[in-house]
Amino acid sequence: MPQVTLTVNGKSATVEVEARTLLVELLREKLGLTGTHIGCDTSQCGACVVHVDGVSAKSCTMLAVQANGCAITTIEGLAAADGTLHPMQEMFREHHALQCGFCTPGMVMAAVDLVNSNPQGLSEDEIRHGLEGNLCRCTGYHNIVKAIDAAQGLMHAPAAQ
Amino acid sequence: MNAVFEGIGASPRRKEDLRFISGRGNYTDDMNRPGQTYAIIKRSDRPHAKIIAIDTAAARAAPGVVAVYTSTDLAAIGGLPCGWQIHSKDGSPMAEPKHPILAEGKVRHVGDPIAVVIAETKQQARDAAELLHIDLEDLPSIATVTDAMKPGAPEVHDGIAGNQCYDWHLGDADAVAAAFKSAHKVVTLDLENNRLIPNAMEPRVALGDYDRFSGDYTLYTTSQNPHVIRLLMGAFVLGLPEHRLRVVAPDVGGGFGSKIYHYAEEAIVTWAAGKLARPVKWTADRSESFMSDAHGRDHVSTAQMAVDADGKFLAMKVHTVANMGAYLSTFAPAVPTYLYATLLAGTYTTPVIYVEVKAVFTNTVPVDAYRGAGRPEASFLVERLVDTVALELGMDRVDIRRRNFIPRDAFPYQTPVALQYDSGDYFATLDAAMKSADWAGFPARKAEAKARGKLRGIGISTYLEACGIAPSKLVGQLGARAGLYEVANVRVHPTGSISVFTGTHSHGQGHETTFAQLVADQLGVPLSQVDIVHGDTGKIPFGMGTYGSRSLAVGGSAMVKAMDKIIAKGKKIAAHLLEASANDIEFKNGVFSVAGTDRSKTLGEIALTAYVPHNYPIEEIEPGLDETAFYDPANFTFPGGCHICEVEIDPETGVTTIINFNAVDDVGRVVNPMIVEGQVQGGVAQGIGQALLENAAYDASGQLLSGSFMDYTMPRADDLSNITVGTENTMCTHNPLGSKGCGEVGAIGSPPAVIGAVCDALGIRHMNMPATPQKVWAIINGRPAA
Repeated sequence: MPQVTLTVNGKSATVEVEARTLLVELLREKLGLTGTHIGCDTSQCGACVVHVDGVSAKSCTMLAVQANGCAITTIEGLAAADGTLHPMQEMFREHHALQCGFCTPGMVMAAVDLVNSNPQGLSEDEIRHGLEGNLCRCTGYHNIVKAIDAAQGLMHAPAAQ
Repeated sequence: MNAVFEGIGASPRRKEDLRFISGRGNYTDDMNRPGQTYAIIKRSDRPHAKIIAIDTAAARAAPGVVAVYTSTDLAAIGGLPCGWQIHSKDGSPMAEPKHPILAEGKVRHVGDPIAVVIAETKQQARDAAELLHIDLEDLPSIATVTDAMKPGAPEVHDGIAGNQCYDWHLGDADAVAAAFKSAHKVVTLDLENNRLIPNAMEPRVALGDYDRFSGDYTLYTTSQNPHVIRLLMGAFVLGLPEHRLRVVAPDVGGGFGSKIYHYAEEAIVTWAAGKLARPVKWTADRSESFMSDAHGRDHVSTAQMAVDADGKFLAMKVHTVANMGAYLSTFAPAVPTYLYATLLAGTYTTPVIYVEVKAVFTNTVPVDAYRGAGRPEASFLVERLVDTVALELGMDRVDIRRRNFIPRDAFPYQTPVALQYDSGDYFATLDAAMKSADWAGFPARKAEAKARGKLRGIGISTYLEACGIAPSKLVGQLGARAGLYEVANVRVHPTGSISVFTGTHSHGQGHETTFAQLVADQLGVPLSQVDIVHGDTGKIPFGMGTYGSRSLAVGGSAMVKAMDKIIAKGKKIAAHLLEASANDIEFKNGVFSVAGTDRSKTLGEIALTAYVPHNYPIEEIEPGLDETAFYDPANFTFPGGCHICEVEIDPETGVTTIINFNAVDDVGRVVNPMIVEGQVQGGVAQGIGQALLENAAYDASGQLLSGSFMDYTMPRADDLSNITVGTENTMCTHNPLGSKGCGEVGAIGSPPAVIGAVCDALGIRHMNMPATPQKVWAIINGRPAA
């Protein structure tokens, strides 16, 4: 079986996987990182979004072997080592941007990359378009949009640089 | 007492959020048991076929395969039970065909489970399932209620004539006929309520475990009501007594009704775990969810309203055919009857109503309650009919509603369709919503849009619903095979921290916060001192679960009742310690005191005394401070309100854009306004989804066309706008909280407002949902919709 070596949330890991294993399966089943969820089988829902070398990716759309040598960040690795939440996590809680919590890890990871990729700032419409790859069935997105808008203010503030 | 007020009416941030935002939720698929095996279900890809033969030899011989089962292996266990029996007009019970765990002799819908393959890994099970040779002989099939009722239609179940499950009615047919004869005008509207697929973001999962030494079974499952699953599966399917079967529903990623029901996979993994003495886990692929989760809605109706010259409603007549799918799901028969027909008075004084409902079988996935369940079908029908009456009489849509509203002073109000509304003020919600939506400014906005070449429309819905289900005696008379009370156990620990065990289940509703607020409010303790425990039959005395917006109104009331008992016992203990009469003890903000004195004991001191009863009236009261209450509601609750939607249509593309959505609802007492707002927004999003985007599409034979997120249009962030939520509350008069419920109002109130807006923009009488760009474009261009 192929061997994959990758860094996940700052820790190096080497695992043997079947060639057909998806990155999300490696994370959930081999590394026990169950914060990354599987919500569909057609790459539509975004519950499985993680960062691969700092960029958001649907981990159900990537073979584990394709992640060989990559640095992966999952929702479990987003908060600081001392447990301090990332501003996006804080704002999701503050603005009631989650209900059942199932889409939340993918939504938060996608939102972090969306904001990081747009240092000029995003309008409400741009946030809505930027979330096109993530489905939420609970919130109607209203509060998710508010949370991301609030988080971008914190993430781009001089103190956060 | 508390530095920051965290009780009823405050919006503390949710206690459950920390684990969810940090990836530490514990959903069923996150759980694994030592020695676990994996199940893959082989399902029918045909809508209706005879099973000629199943050759399992190659699958059994495949690497890693532990077992392969078909219906012959399950001969000793029962089919899936139905929890509600309806009787037809003639008094005969509904047709109730067996719903086998695995298909017996025939498959009856795409997705019907045929065989289960269990292997050491999921991939091995998947590979082996491909090696099953299943010989099917296609049979004629039907997907729509219209085709199901045609003379000579194929029978979904042999011997069920005309595919009819029941032919039921409610109301006074003669009085309606008489009123129709003498009316100024009778307005008729044909309409359909489109079939939906609930699509909670977490697919269903079931993990069965068995201890061969103790004989104990455990089922971990994505359920809204673990005690109900224990009862249904234990008593009717597997023959397991309650003390040998524990059902755990941990964090559950949304339900919307679809996780109420007892599904075949739960029985399969539990039974197979016993057979194999190993844990068996099944996780649905999303494609499986589309063809095996209960669908929602699917009604075809004709609605008629008799009116006088002033637009006063005189009588209403409704004929509905409801699609049950291929089998009866757990609560399916109740949805188009007692959760639908009883709501047809809406917010209006229509004096006489007659409704006939036929339910039929088709070769489609079973249909059951989905967010709102019967009530969205009722509100869509009533509100669209009211708009149509206004149009045909040349009256204003708002004026005709005001003219027919149940007056503020008419409560309690007895409708002609069995329900008695306890409270409401439909004028208040209407006025507030019109103000919030700037209804008066709409003509100017329409003109401005027209100048840009766009079509603007505004729609209104002044809906009503019934929830907080339900009085056990009443539902028993109506055919329910269960009681619908709720249970709470409030356990004050020796140091004064509190655990509350509730029979309701939270899968997004925020119960861990809302219920803790109730406790903080009533017992005067900080929120952080309260823990809410749900979702485990091994911990919680009993419960009927969460659906029908019942958790706060029924489950919360049980909690209040249990806390009343805690306070009553605490008073006796305090009276002993303070050397006073229990009648003189007051309890406020967590402190028991002797009225008119400064002598007092805190709840924590009383709790410690109760568990360390050295100085204690042990002859009169037992040690401990732990009380359980069962609460059976006296009536349904009746939330209602006004939803206003404004849309803009691009005539070039037929795309409808939601400009804004304003909801003002009456949900009774609000415990956490932030959570209520979120619940309404989420419900509205699903209602907009139904109205504009979503449709469970079948071809004429019953082949599911919308079988993935590629084909079934889920609302995405850029399909929606901001959803403005307000409340104008009147209190429920029959439960101790005054709360009515807020989980479903969004999905019930919004679809008619959206379609009303689309019809207003297009200048048409009515169109059925969903108003897709293709359908809207066809209307604009005078083409028949494909």
